[in-house]
Order: sequence, then structure tokens, then C-alpha cells
Amino acid sequence: MSKFKKKSEGGIPAISTASLPDIVFMLLFFFMVATVMRENSLKIQNALPVANQVEKLDKKNPVSYIYMGKPSSGYEKFGTEARVQLNDQFADLKEVGAFIISERAALREELIPFLTVALKVDKDANMGIVGDVKQELRKVNALKINYTTGVGDAMTNIK
Amino acid sequence: MAKRSAPEVNAGSMADIAFLLLIFFLVTTTIEKDSGINRKLPPMEEEDQPDVIIKQKNIFTVLLNGKDQLLVEDELMEIKDLRVAAVEFLDNNGDKSCTYCQGPKDPTSSDNPDKAIISLKNERETSYAAYISVQNELVAAYNVLRNRRALQLGPQEGFREMNFVEMQQNYKDARFVGNKVKLKAVIDQIKLEFPQKLSEVQ
Repeated sequence: MSKFKKKSEGGIPAISTASLPDIVFMLLFFFMVATVMRENSLKIQNALPVANQVEKLDKKNPVSYIYMGKPSSGYEKFGTEARVQLNDQFADLKEVGAFIISERAALREELIPFLTVALKVDKDANMGIVGDVKQELRKVNALKINYTTGVGDAMTNIK
Repeated sequence: MAKRSAPEVNAGSMADIAFLLLIFFLVTTTIEKDSGINRKLPPMEEEDQPDVIIKQKNIFTVLLNGKDQLLVEDELMEIKDLRVAAVEFLDNNGDKSCTYCQGPKDPTSSDNPDKAIISLKNERETSYAAYISVQNELVAAYNVLRNRRALQLGPQEGFREMNFVEMQQNYKDARFVGNKVKLKAVIDQIKLEFPQKLSEVQ
């Protein structure tokens, strides 16, 4: 009988954690590959609306981003109305044209006609500011635009 | 002196280091959205341009007012009904010149898809979310018609069971096996048959 008693004394063996680094590394590599570092740090709220008839933005062609939305918390001194952000700072409507010209100047000449302007607009913004920006873009003849949206059911935009 | 083997490095903290990196990347990751609705803005009008006269019946006016109410041809409409209404308008074929249309040939509606224009108006107070929903429905209306046409045209050119959206995706896809030149020709033909004439009025 004593033989049996001895066996049960050991308790459950410790789980080997030797493969833990492997699992963690696997996750790490996934996130490293999937990460796109933000080009601009946003000072505005930028929750994009969703749509389902979307096309992929062609990354082979140059893309410039214009952000619009309400200043996020910490930037309340800029007001509660939706504003334009170019690169890293708030901008005036008048600066949109100059921004596009400077973006064009950085491009190779043959690519200039293919410049697409992606409008990343917060879904709570109203069309007034978007219309103004579109008007500015027309003035500098930047006519290819893209309303950047998420993918989803468009009906969920309206509550 | 006897040769000693190098002591083994303790790898116990490797998991910690990996975790540290993992958490850093987890926090910094923002999966950028790169899809959207492509639009082309009209160029600035020149002063001496003559006015183009478009028949009223060829214009499908969609107005989204400041309270996000949708007025289609001066009548209130729900956004979910917009797609069907737009398809009916584009596909109408009033002058019977469009051989691939299946519309009701109503003489009081659009002449043919080439002449039919959708005019989208908005007010300053219109919310962007509602505007995108309407844009989405109008693009969907064009896609419905183009898909239908693609399913008719595709088999003749050797692109079986591929609708217009899939054709476009395949054309962009580098791994697509098939004749891309031919595919491009089909896409262009469909685009010509159902041109996306959508004007955004300020």
C-alpha cells in the first residue's frame, strides 16, 4: 500500500513555459508586419463613416491626405466646429491650395496628374467645410478626390 | 587547464523582452483605412463657356437638406429606397436607343444612360455621414447596372460569372490569370455604356 501513497505525493507537474517566447514572438511579428506608422498625428476627431461600394485607394499613385473634424480633447481652444488639418497642424481653408501645390512640388513630374486627394472627414462634420475644401481643390485643379471610408453597411451611418 | 564549455545563457527573460516589444507594437498599431469612394470634381468654369442645355427629364435631382432629409425629384424619400429609384431612372431608356437597357421606356424619364445625369445637392448643415450614405447608394445604383451588363458581356469575352466589381478587382490583382488587355476592354466598354455622370453641386 505504501507504494501507491508515494506516487500521489508529487502533485501536478509545473507547466512548461519554454514555448511562451515562441508564441509571443509570433504575435510580435504579426503586429510588426501589420503596423503602418501614422504619417500625421491627429489633432482632430476622425471617426470615418462606412460605405460598401468602396474602391481601394491605389497606392501606386501619389496620395495626399486632408483631415477634417472637430478638434479633439486637449485642443478645445481651437473651437468646437470642424476644422481642417494638413500635415501636423490645424490649417486655414486658404492654405489648402498651397498645401496641394507643395505636395505636387515634391512629386516627379510624370506623377503629378495622378495625385489623388484623400479626404478623411469625421462623420460628425457637416458638409459646409467639405464643400469649402472641395471648392479650394477645384481652384488648384486637384480634381481626383477620394472620400475615405471604412467598409461596412452605409445605413449604419445615420442613427 | 581543462577546457570549460561556455555557460548557457539564461533565456528566461526572453519572453519578457518579447512581451515588451509586442505591447509597444500593439499600442502603436493603427490599421490605416485605404478604401473609399472615388470622385472627380468638375473643373472650374471658364467665363465664356456657353450654357449647356440639358432636358429636365434627364436630370435626377437628389437633395440632402440640413436636417438630413432626402428629397428625390422634389419628393421625400428614405435612403434605402434611393438605389432602386436611381436604377430605374438610369435604366429607363426613354428614346429606345439603348439596346441593353431593361427599363420601362417611360418618355417622361431619362432618354438613355449616356444622357442621364444624377445631380446631388447638399446644404452646408448636411452631415457628412448622411452624405456618404447617399453617395454610396448612388454608386451602388451604377454598380447594379454595370454588374448586370458585365454578366451579359463577360461570357462572350471569356470572363464567365464575373460581375463588374469583380472585373475591376481582378484587373488590379497582380495574381489574376487571364487576358488583362481583354478584361480592360470589357471594363471600358461597360463604363462607356453606363457612364457615371454624377454631379456634385455646391
